[in-house]
Amino acid sequence: MYVATKGGEQAIGAAHAWLAETRRGDATLPELTVPQIEEQLGLAVDRVMAEGSCHDRGLAALAVKQAKGDLIEAAFLLRAYRTTLPRFGASAALDTGAMHIRRRISATYKDLPGGQVLGPTFDYTHRLLDFALAAEGNALPAVPHAEPNTAQTPRVTELLAREGLMQREATSEAEPGDLTRDPLSFPADRAVRLQALARGDEGFLLGLGYSTQRGYGNAHPFVGEIRVGEVAVCFTPPELGFEIELGDIGVTECQMVNQFKGSRTEPPQFTRGYGLVFGHGERKAMAMALVDRGLRAEELGEDADAPAQQQEFVLYHCDNVEATGFVEHLKLPHYVDFQSELENVRTMRASAMQAAAE
Amino acid sequence: MNAQTGYNFAYVDESTKRMIRRAILKGVAIPGHQVPFGSREMPLPYGWGTGGIQVTASILGPSDVLKVIDQGADDTTNAVSIRAFFRRVAGVATTERTAEATVIQTRHRIPEHALTERQILVYQVPMPEPLFRLEARVAETKRMHALADYGLMHVKLYEDIARHGHIATSYNYPVMVDGRYLMSPSPIPAFDNPKMDRMPALQLFGAGREKRIYAVPPYTAVRSLDFEDHPFRPIRAPHACTLCGSRESYLDEVITDDRGGKMFVCSDTDYCAERQAAKAAAE
Amino acid sequence: MSALLSARGLELRFGRIAALDGVDLDIWPGEVVAIVGESGSGKTTLLRVLSGLVPPDAGGVIFDGQDVLGMNEAARRNLMRTQWGFVHQNPRDGLRMGVSAGGNIGERLMATGARHYGNIRAAAADWLRRVEIDPDRLDALPRTFSGGMQQRLQIARTLVTHPRLVFMDEPTGGLDVSVQARLLDLIRALVAELGLSVLLVTHDIAAARLLAHRILVMRQGQVVEQGLTDRVLDDPQHPYTQLLVTSVLAA
Repeated sequence: MYVATKGGEQAIGAAHAWLAETRRGDATLPELTVPQIEEQLGLAVDRVMAEGSCHDRGLAALAVKQAKGDLIEAAFLLRAYRTTLPRFGASAALDTGAMHIRRRISATYKDLPGGQVLGPTFDYTHRLLDFALAAEGNALPAVPHAEPNTAQTPRVTELLAREGLMQREATSEAEPGDLTRDPLSFPADRAVRLQALARGDEGFLLGLGYSTQRGYGNAHPFVGEIRVGEVAVCFTPPELGFEIELGDIGVTECQMVNQFKGSRTEPPQFTRGYGLVFGHGERKAMAMALVDRGLRAEELGEDADAPAQQQEFVLYHCDNVEATGFVEHLKLPHYVDFQSELENVRTMRASAMQAAAE
Repeated sequence: MNAQTGYNFAYVDESTKRMIRRAILKGVAIPGHQVPFGSREMPLPYGWGTGGIQVTASILGPSDVLKVIDQGADDTTNAVSIRAFFRRVAGVATTERTAEATVIQTRHRIPEHALTERQILVYQVPMPEPLFRLEARVAETKRMHALADYGLMHVKLYEDIARHGHIATSYNYPVMVDGRYLMSPSPIPAFDNPKMDRMPALQLFGAGREKRIYAVPPYTAVRSLDFEDHPFRPIRAPHACTLCGSRESYLDEVITDDRGGKMFVCSDTDYCAERQAAKAAAE
Repeated sequence: MSALLSARGLELRFGRIAALDGVDLDIWPGEVVAIVGESGSGKTTLLRVLSGLVPPDAGGVIFDGQDVLGMNEAARRNLMRTQWGFVHQNPRDGLRMGVSAGGNIGERLMATGARHYGNIRAAAADWLRRVEIDPDRLDALPRTFSGGMQQRLQIARTLVTHPRLVFMDEPTGGLDVSVQARLLDLIRALVAELGLSVLLVTHDIAAARLLAHRILVMRQGQVVEQGLTDRVLDDPQHPYTQLLVTSVLAA
């Protein structure tokens, strides 16, 4: 006699054990440590922090290890941890103007106060596989050390704004929205949009940002400035009543400069697209800045018909934890719905064949 | 906080539970209306029941008895996983018997046994918006609900009949709740829709990724959309269950070999097992 | 008898441009009023303000005793799908291109509570006949129709619920001359048969002469001349009207 498939619980247990075994891989090789990941796969760790929206390199490294290097899975692990943390208040806005700079470049000025600082970048490397790296224990090339750059490094967009060439952002003392507490509603204000983009998937934003350069959104962007480094996080505990410094976090900031042809109330000037991500993530920060500017089309009175200019399209689909969950849920059983469809198609076929016979 | 698990009772922290309960109360007060809520990340992926899990976590008490089904069955992998999750983080009793459960979390089915006033049915909902295939912009569908502007939905049903001779929606069949709000019943087969109407149990719907909660209070009218001359018809496979012989229950089709052999069995495993046991006892 | 739709002192500026500059207007039951003027004269803006789509800077609009500008969106949408109709210049703006002709005509019936498929279908077939489309095309998609047929389908979809007031924005605008004449004849017959009030916006003086009882001539946001159709067209008083009429005669 037929017996319906049973034993789901046992199968899941066995699958998890197998997963743990494949995570460990060949047991004759040394096990990867979390500090090794944090130190040697730093950009993966940074990406997981950004998309997991939780600044903790150690936990992000653990998530990368647990996820076997699947970075979206790792971001998901970090999110599911982060959401359980108590929230004791909102910090002051980061002052990226006071950043301890590791890298700072501008594509709009050859030289500028504070100078161009190349920092540790892939930009001018030749992408040739370095077979020497396959062997461990190579001596590192000597890195020349300079005195720390203590010069004032004003933000490029601020230089433009002082001349009246760059539109100033509206300032507000109101607490920005929090999309981890209040679901998106439209039209979404810029603070909420930026929040969604900062957590958004790097690949999705890269594609969207790229599309604005290829005619889907009519962008004319320049990299006003990219800066990478550490900034202080400041907080005023209500019981103290004055601001204290909680510590430094690593961030990447990108300010894109875009043309604006002017409106009835405003003369032609430059407008800003803004990107800020945890850790070192230039590609993501740049893509975010392009998409941020794209999403401003409507408020600036521009045509808003390209995908990167559609708030609902961009914001509802940029979160990779939401997206991966819903795409992958198609693996769950759908027998019941499929059964309904089977009966439905059979009925339609029967009446079609009957009609054909008549 | 439970010292053994390191997490609060039922995983979700108490302030989040209060927020979710407020959304549930609002949903109950406005039957069929989608209430936005601050959906949290859950340790299970979006699309795998995060909305249902948050609703269940917020209403669960230590003395509750929980049943979890997927496709009508208690032993499908996702149901097993969610049940194990609540056993671990809430320590509540679980059951596979519909009659014994106080809270039933479900994906894609309503149990065959009639539910009672002392039970709550929690649906996992992938897409709470019944109009999304006709109008993708949420801001616009929100306006349509506010104005009860549902002509478009009827146009869709009209087109179905014009094209296929009948309404070609077999699951996730839209319903009108209390004569006011158009609602997605979640992807349950249309066969289950009539069970929602004036159900004695409270029905709660949680959509985690879309961040919406809605509800149908006990004994509320739930009507499947139709035309006077093309009334709503629940569809099931025209067979009897091979195992228990039921001609009333919803059936799964099971392929038994690669030569076209197949059989039909109840999708509700508890209902089927009970009938098989009764049959065996009678013999 | 009182006016069906009545507007007083409408003002609307776009920056330095006055789109509406002190416009007054009345439409009486059963009356067809044409607003003529060249493009940019403010006539389409007037249509959008009168139908409540765009709020004016100043002035008021009363429909059948109700304040159109003060009503909430629910009431305005209800008006739109029951007592009013809107015929767009481009049929694509007024039709659902992915929905059959029958579904397009049935939508307004269903939106106002019709729930009998057979009756909805019969009404749709009847209206296809009335706008001279073969009822066999009931299940065809509008995109398989010619431009003139699409426009007639849009008219059927709008008139099926017997609205009291129909706004028409250049209804013959995108069509060939021969097709235009047939459509104008059809509109004239339906308007007379149903006793509709129509506000027709057009730059086509010939269409206005054929359909309208009364004409308003607009220029730079102002009504420069108005009166009975024959009087305005045969004996224009304002120099701008004279120019409009002669340029048509010349063309």
